[in-house]
Amino acid sequence: MSKLVVSSTPHIRSNDSVQRIMLDVIIALAPACVAGILLHNNSINAAITVAISIIACVFFEAAFQKITKQTVTVSDLSAVVTGLLLAMNLPETSPFWMPIVGAFFAIVVAKQVFGGLGKNFINPALAGRAFLLAAYPTHMTGGSAFGPARLEAVADAATYATPLAALKEGTGAAVSTDSIINGFLGNVGGTIGETCAVLLILGGLYLIIRKVISWRIPVVYIATVFIFSLIFGRNGAGDFLGAVNELVVGGLMLGAFFMATDYASSPVTPLGQLIMGFGCGILTSIIRFWGGYPEGVSYSILLMNLCVPLIDRFTEPKIFGEVKKK
Amino acid sequence: MELKTFKRGVHPHDGKELSNKAAIKALIPEVGELITIPLSQHIGAPCEPLVKPGDRVLVGEKIGESSAFVSSPVHASVSGTVKAVKPVMGAGGAMVKSIIIENDGIFEEDPSIGKGGKNLSAKEIIDRVKAAGIVGMGGAGFPTQVKLSPGPDAKITEVIVNAAECEPYLTCDHRCMVERGEKLVEGLELMLKLFPEAKGYIGIEANKPDAIENMSKLVKGKSNIEVVSLKCKYPQGSEKQLINAITGKEVPSGGLPAAVGCIVDNVATVMAIRDAIVENRPVTKRVVTVTGDAVSEPSNLEVPLGMSYARLIEASGGYKEEPAKVISGGPMMGIALFDTEVPVTKTTSGILCLTKKAAEIPPESNCIRCGKCVEHCPMGLMPLYLSSDTLAGDDDAFLAHHGLDCIECGSCSYICPAKRQLAQSIRVNKRAVMAKLRAKGGK
Repeated sequence: MSKLVVSSTPHIRSNDSVQRIMLDVIIALAPACVAGILLHNNSINAAITVAISIIACVFFEAAFQKITKQTVTVSDLSAVVTGLLLAMNLPETSPFWMPIVGAFFAIVVAKQVFGGLGKNFINPALAGRAFLLAAYPTHMTGGSAFGPARLEAVADAATYATPLAALKEGTGAAVSTDSIINGFLGNVGGTIGETCAVLLILGGLYLIIRKVISWRIPVVYIATVFIFSLIFGRNGAGDFLGAVNELVVGGLMLGAFFMATDYASSPVTPLGQLIMGFGCGILTSIIRFWGGYPEGVSYSILLMNLCVPLIDRFTEPKIFGEVKKK
Repeated sequence: MELKTFKRGVHPHDGKELSNKAAIKALIPEVGELITIPLSQHIGAPCEPLVKPGDRVLVGEKIGESSAFVSSPVHASVSGTVKAVKPVMGAGGAMVKSIIIENDGIFEEDPSIGKGGKNLSAKEIIDRVKAAGIVGMGGAGFPTQVKLSPGPDAKITEVIVNAAECEPYLTCDHRCMVERGEKLVEGLELMLKLFPEAKGYIGIEANKPDAIENMSKLVKGKSNIEVVSLKCKYPQGSEKQLINAITGKEVPSGGLPAAVGCIVDNVATVMAIRDAIVENRPVTKRVVTVTGDAVSEPSNLEVPLGMSYARLIEASGGYKEEPAKVISGGPMMGIALFDTEVPVTKTTSGILCLTKKAAEIPPESNCIRCGKCVEHCPMGLMPLYLSSDTLAGDDDAFLAHHGLDCIECGSCSYICPAKRQLAQSIRVNKRAVMAKLRAKGGK
């Protein structure tokens, strides 16, 4: 009897694993990603962009860990999630080198040099997107049309501005129930993965039901954007359709469910998560209405990422049996 | 009916189906079998031996005692001859001075046994509890007479029987309630004599419906005792969490249950109180669950204290598969054993034998900050930060994050998807920080 294992408690563990969590995120993202690829004009280019982004992220993670003599952890699938999210934030017309550059920035600069999974203080995929947006603005803007509008767009062979850009410039058609339904179904311009709001919402619900994420950040984020838009709308206060439209166009659903909820760069405390959602919502709306960019989801999340250590520190939950300090 | 419970916590697979139908069986030691009675089976001062090699002892005879306030005497569990008084390895892995008795197979009882009586004063009850060597038999081992003497200022309003048995796999309390429930009620009634203004509660988790049914039947018509069904959740059997589940009160940080008017004792302890008062019988035996996927016939055995764990495993049909880990107690807070040649003590609630597959702990990886440990910590702590404070050696941050409030239940390690040893790092640092604080305080 000398072969018994002796270890500290507890002696049993839940079935949960990092890999399972990441797999859930992939499952949740996949429908919206596939729909995005199919609904966009240049489906083949979009599909290749997604594939390159994922492969590049996994490659850079494995290569960095090999070179720095760490255990290679690509089997935890976190690099796949980053690659998927990065690609979903790129336009379908991306040149193929772009996801590679983005993946390098996301995985190596934003994630690995800070210590890898869990140590990144900003969302790697968003960091990659922000880098590309700053470095190659012309390649990063310009989506195209699809669905009913697709034939038209193909006919005049011109890029079609995203709805938010059109709203910003005041060139878009008036917001109507039809345009909202189109936005909800993904029949609008935008990056590969941000357009199909309905599937992003379903994916987000899947993550909430599976307890991978909490409702707090996405619900508060979306509600804040809605209320803010209702009060300070582009067409004055009380524009209900306009406020609903703000929810279904642009990257709000992708950002609220999948990027603001990134574990490493969001608060762990319940109150902190509410603050995170609220802050993202306010910043997104401000950038959209009064900022220089048509869309504010990425930057609002990145800015809030930087506040997370502070938020966690000031929102420590009340402990059981807490005694007030005299 | 809505089940009561506390906030947060985890839901491990309870594994109780292995042994919850197995009726309690008495395991009688053989003639000549060596019985090892450790002189410290409790929190507090160890006992001094009252016998020497060569002495004949009887069942229930006091063989070790200490004059310290926080201590508890030990008794012989068989009749026979003292062979030696020497250090022996206990379940915790440490060497404990112990009295070794060779069983003569006669089981001759000390003449004082049986001379009980229910009409005792409060002081007599407490004295009997002390003399009987009763300690918290759920695993803590805190001397019960100290718990029952909360001081003149404390106003006790609730006496709670901890029948949650929230540790997975263990079924000894469950079986006792199904088979010997009337003893539990008697014990609780005796405790209520000490605190006439208090109401008695028996808190049972919903995964023991037959125990709830039996106990409810037994307390019918007794206005001062109530059976409370609890939602099945770990660590409901933790004193603070149980009080919260039943009364809604929170024991203040650093305080004892008496601070909110509660006294909590587990099933085996309350039954021991009954035996001490009614039969004047000290603690010489207990019910132990022998279970796990490596054991042939999971069972609940009533054994004399001091029997070797190996004998209990053998009496449960031995191993059906090579065990990778043998645990004294449950899988969440039990102690992994080096060797099964250790004696059963007052706090041995179970022997859990796990196969390699069941005992496997996956390797640790980076904290991904998912926040699950925060979401599930029953004390409302942030284990991820406590653990990182520990690893960074930052004692001030550890204290600021309320590290000393950790009850070491292990929910954080259990739930962590990165399989981090959160509870282990917090536990180690808790000890270290407390030692430093004591040194600083000059105590």
